[in-house]
Amino acid sequence: MMPLPYRVTGRRQETSDTATLILEPVRQPMAAARPGQFSMVYAFGVGEVPISVSGPPDADLVVHTLRAVGAVTRALHDARVGQVLGLRGPYGTDWGLPVPVGSDLVIVGGGIGLAPLRPAVYHALDQRARYRRVAVLIGARTPDDLLFTKEYDDWRAGGVEVGVTVDRADTTWAGRVGVVPDLITGLEFAPESTVALVCGPEVMMRFTARALLRRGVPPAAVRVSLERNMHCGTALCGHCQLGPLLLCRDGPVVGYDRAQPLTGVKEL
Amino acid sequence: MPVLLTSLDPLVAALRADGYRVVGPTVRDGAIVLAELDRADMLPYGWGVRLGPGGYRLRERDDRAAFANSAGPQSWKQFLHPPRQQLWSAERDSDGGFTVAEPADEPPRYAFLGVRPCDLRAISVLDHVLGAGADNRYARRREGIFIVVANCTEPGETCFCVSAGGGPGVGPGHDGAGYDLALTELADDDGVRYVVDAGSEDGWRLLDRLPYEAAEPPTTARARDAVARAADRMGRTLPAADLRALLAGTLEAARWDDVAARCLSCGNCTMVCPTCFCTSVEDTTDLTGDHAERWLRWESCFDLDFSYLHGGPVRSSRRSRYRQWLTHKLGTWHDQFGESGCVGCGRCIVWCPVGIDITEETHALAAEYEASTDDRGGGAQR
Repeated sequence: MMPLPYRVTGRRQETSDTATLILEPVRQPMAAARPGQFSMVYAFGVGEVPISVSGPPDADLVVHTLRAVGAVTRALHDARVGQVLGLRGPYGTDWGLPVPVGSDLVIVGGGIGLAPLRPAVYHALDQRARYRRVAVLIGARTPDDLLFTKEYDDWRAGGVEVGVTVDRADTTWAGRVGVVPDLITGLEFAPESTVALVCGPEVMMRFTARALLRRGVPPAAVRVSLERNMHCGTALCGHCQLGPLLLCRDGPVVGYDRAQPLTGVKEL
Repeated sequence: MPVLLTSLDPLVAALRADGYRVVGPTVRDGAIVLAELDRADMLPYGWGVRLGPGGYRLRERDDRAAFANSAGPQSWKQFLHPPRQQLWSAERDSDGGFTVAEPADEPPRYAFLGVRPCDLRAISVLDHVLGAGADNRYARRREGIFIVVANCTEPGETCFCVSAGGGPGVGPGHDGAGYDLALTELADDDGVRYVVDAGSEDGWRLLDRLPYEAAEPPTTARARDAVARAADRMGRTLPAADLRALLAGTLEAARWDDVAARCLSCGNCTMVCPTCFCTSVEDTTDLTGDHAERWLRWESCFDLDFSYLHGGPVRSSRRSRYRQWLTHKLGTWHDQFGESGCVGCGRCIVWCPVGIDITEETHALAAEYEASTDDRGGGAQR
């Protein structure tokens, strides 16, 4: 339960309120996170929050992309290179990669939800020959809120279809305007052999899953990453319950066959 | 074979001589609380309780029984899972990093005297949740505890351990039974006596050092009868239904609105519940900013901040918070930990300031569930 000190060795400002931190262990490292897992990240004396890993599985460094939304995430977002933060983990379920050879992989991220999906994108690029079609569908509120934009061309060059949409355009935007689930409508994939990985606001995940199900993807093949208030990461504090699930242990990645009946109940 | 003790003084003295801090029931501020006992005469001899929804009163008994009273406001979780505890402290290093250390204090060695069978089950429930046997503070605290059970011969008006799947007495002892000694109290004109059985090797060893007498068969039979009669005198029951299925099937029941109109979301039920384990962490620093600490404290699912995500709480309505508490306790606890989170001690009924009764609410949900499934069944037949 004690955080391990990690030094910030790299920092990139992704958007006005979102930054990516590269963290290297000061002494002992934690185990490498599998794509989709999270760490508890501690800002000295301020507090600790769960943040998904946004870089490739690596025991020597941990990459986190986080948005400043409260006191702790603000302190973490503002961390400078050289500063030491605390990490515990990795915790929770992962995206379940690799999925069977020959599958179509549909990766759908909304806003900061793209961060925990990036390790899955890296996996798909790394093992591109393993899969049939690989698509990454990305949505954000405005063009300025899009994450990892500099990488999209590399992803395309690596054989991954990248679809991007924003809720509200600005004068610089020549791309698509609309919500992410709309991108599924025109997408080519074989529903019965598709695995979808989805992360974003809960309402976005619901509509995305609905669009995928409508196309014939089985509910269990749609994997969503759910968020609740996680304090301990080790199923001891009770905060992250969603019905029968303790999401730090039984999630964050949950099959939509389990998630649908639970997220469908208001305030569960 | 059970033996007979005519006084608990030698037991308390022997435990203290072995270095245990003996904790048991005693009268304080108009209630039977759990506190450290120096001597057996601090036990609540001659006191009983009158219990009801939102009500608790001591009453004097005609006899000198010490354990003829049911659950008080506190439970053993107070000692096993303290309301506030330091998890670690951290000091800044000269290179900008920090070093984290756990508090060096050794957990106290407690002997729990007078653990009711419902509360013994609650301890086992906590063990499953908080990880007895694991390498953590709970396990270290739990490991050295000596447990003396007091079988229940006088259940309260709010008790329902039997329908919660337990019983007013513990079974015959053997290592692994979860207790070291089990007492059954007999109080009458001859005074107070205890039929005692051991549930562990440690229990036998301790018992061997006490001035016991042989327990004659009629005496042990009387003790057994007293516990058996208690089973039939429970003040309340839970529905006999599969509660996990019942609660999973009634998430949108109208009864939640009804109870939400009465619930104050004060969290008393979660504080007095012997199995409610939820906690929050607090991170602090001193004024220099070089010394930080993390503390763990009890938390209640009735608190708005409990489910806070950026933007607001997931459970903002009182309806959803009461539903979370009850469905977790009786339903989803099965999914998470393979058993019920309720042992039927009745504390949540007694200490609810508006007298909400978990058994009454569950019966109402069962009735609503039955009505709705009957409707569906009828529809299918037509």
